[in-house]
Amino acid sequence: MSKYTLYDTLWDSHRVATLPSGQDQLLIGLHLIHEVTTPQAFAALREKGLAVAFPNRTFATMDHIIPTDTVARPYKDSQAESMAQALENNVADYGIPFFGPSSQQQGIVHVVGPELGLTQPGMTIACGDSHTSTHGAFGSLAFGIGTTEVQHVLETQSLALSRLKVRRITFDGPLPRGTYAKDVILKIIQTLGVKGGIGYAYEFGGTTLDAMSMEERMTICNMSIEGGARIGYINPDETTYAYIKGRPYAPSDANWDKAVAYWNTIKSTDQSEYDDVVHFNAADLEPMVTWGITPGQSVSISQSIPTLQDISGSDQKTTEDAYAYMKITPGQPIKGLKVNVVFIGSCTNSRISDLREAARILEGKTVQPTVKTIIVPGSQQVKAQAEAEGLDKIFQAAGAEWRNAGCSMCLAMNPDQLVGDQVCASTSNRNFMGRQGSPTGRTLLMSPAMAAAAAIAGFVTDVRDIV
Amino acid sequence: MTPIITKIAGTAVPIMGNDIDTDRIIPARFLKEITFEHMGDYLFADARFEPDGSPKDHPLNTDGFKNATIMVVGRNFGCGSSREHAPQSIKRYGIRALIGESFSEIFSGNCTSIGVPTVTASESTIQALQEIITAHPTTPITIDLDARKVSAGDRKFPITLPDSRRHSFVTGTWDSAALLLSNLDKVRHTANQLPYMTGFSN
Repeated sequence: MSKYTLYDTLWDSHRVATLPSGQDQLLIGLHLIHEVTTPQAFAALREKGLAVAFPNRTFATMDHIIPTDTVARPYKDSQAESMAQALENNVADYGIPFFGPSSQQQGIVHVVGPELGLTQPGMTIACGDSHTSTHGAFGSLAFGIGTTEVQHVLETQSLALSRLKVRRITFDGPLPRGTYAKDVILKIIQTLGVKGGIGYAYEFGGTTLDAMSMEERMTICNMSIEGGARIGYINPDETTYAYIKGRPYAPSDANWDKAVAYWNTIKSTDQSEYDDVVHFNAADLEPMVTWGITPGQSVSISQSIPTLQDISGSDQKTTEDAYAYMKITPGQPIKGLKVNVVFIGSCTNSRISDLREAARILEGKTVQPTVKTIIVPGSQQVKAQAEAEGLDKIFQAAGAEWRNAGCSMCLAMNPDQLVGDQVCASTSNRNFMGRQGSPTGRTLLMSPAMAAAAAIAGFVTDVRDIV
Repeated sequence: MTPIITKIAGTAVPIMGNDIDTDRIIPARFLKEITFEHMGDYLFADARFEPDGSPKDHPLNTDGFKNATIMVVGRNFGCGSSREHAPQSIKRYGIRALIGESFSEIFSGNCTSIGVPTVTASESTIQALQEIITAHPTTPITIDLDARKVSAGDRKFPITLPDSRRHSFVTGTWDSAALLLSNLDKVRHTANQLPYMTGFSN
């Protein structure tokens, strides 16, 4: 069992009680909510006649169903409109702060939390969305929950939870040219498998991560869940503190030193003990692309799609399912695979540094006219920043569509959807069957730079050949 | 207190394959309803039906399995999204328990909180169970949470589930809402000990 890690320290400091089942009741320090996984929870609260226990520790935004091509209300999709109204009514009735479409602070919940300074080290953070692991980049225990659990947090600001094991994953060395945080996490998932993290929290570290910005670290922690780990985190450091300072919900200047003092007490140390340790070297990393129907089915850009002989016995069934669904030939190079759509966005890769990187590749180039390219900023603030830097002009000049903030084509709950068996080069996090809105649509996950390169070429290509 | 669950008996349906994610269990377009009421209608929608509504070859479209109350699944079942719509669709379809090689953490937690046990068994047990029920869909299956066994006809196999989950089901405390609420004073006490909960002002 792990000892003296950030995970253990925060678990102990947030433990309210041990329940008769042996599970612990844990205080949830920050609760983030959105429109899709909460209406049933509020309905239950209403039925019970209960109040929200800590209304100032829950924050709401709207992201999943929001259209990205218009702000007009009511939304054309009447289900989306009623879902939006349900959230708007619930936050008004229960006094919950809301970063709605007209706030200039709306966006994907995992982009909004950090950029407003709500996400800080040393917290427990829950949200009815599996990519809540993103917030672990700040040195918090952040994890996705179901709607019944959302109800528990609203009612009691706590949850019944079982302690996880802790696996430390280190990545060392400078990132080779053309590789990014996205490639690091895809490599980790490829190696440890999509179920490798079940029962674990992942602690990421090493010199590669030490050198990363907070946005890059968020990309890593965001996809912990794709490796089966409900929680992924990185110990906070000066990079973390510098990111938070001055944001709207950051500790005030008067309390800043006290906050830093607290944050410095929660980190894992030389004395920390782990249940497992895994090491990677960045030197061999190349741009990664998924070819299948799980985020673990990936290859580097210079490789070919594995043949069944390359796959261990128990993974062969999923591999065969993937060949059939993706309509690809084992052994064929990943390079050259035709794409119909490029989606740059999602809680994995829609922050300003992602958009800058995409713009660097697209500047002065033209996307293939046959490739529908949509670029969706993670939040209204990211959008404003990108426009202040002229990135929107670069995208539009290249023939890409510049949209409003939301989850968009990551899960296609809004009008942004694949059609038929289109192939999409996507910077999102899931390549599951039907994920992007068409029951036969096909997703290739990659970094924003690689997606931008695919838009220019019309097929999967090596971004290192372009820049 | 929620109902005590110690045994689940009925017939079982095999869902073959590993890494079946919650998008496959219920595609996102069905999440736009603001109640869970109709979720049972959408279970495995794209795996069961063509876009025009005609049925595909799927165990849940097979007469022998239509009334199954137990689902036998593979490895890493329920991975992906935290949407409770997935376990809700399974429960509302009429499934009372799942046996699998492994389950995603969030999915099995969501199942527990709505009273649907997810028990695990070895790869060979899962294979044996899937073969038995494929050959004879009417085979009576009983999951005994107390004895940690599953019986299929006259054959018995060991199952595993964490002590905490077993305790929650056999004592009828799997919906933890009441327990959590009874500790609200302690929650406030814990909150007061954490510097960030008081804005670092203490």
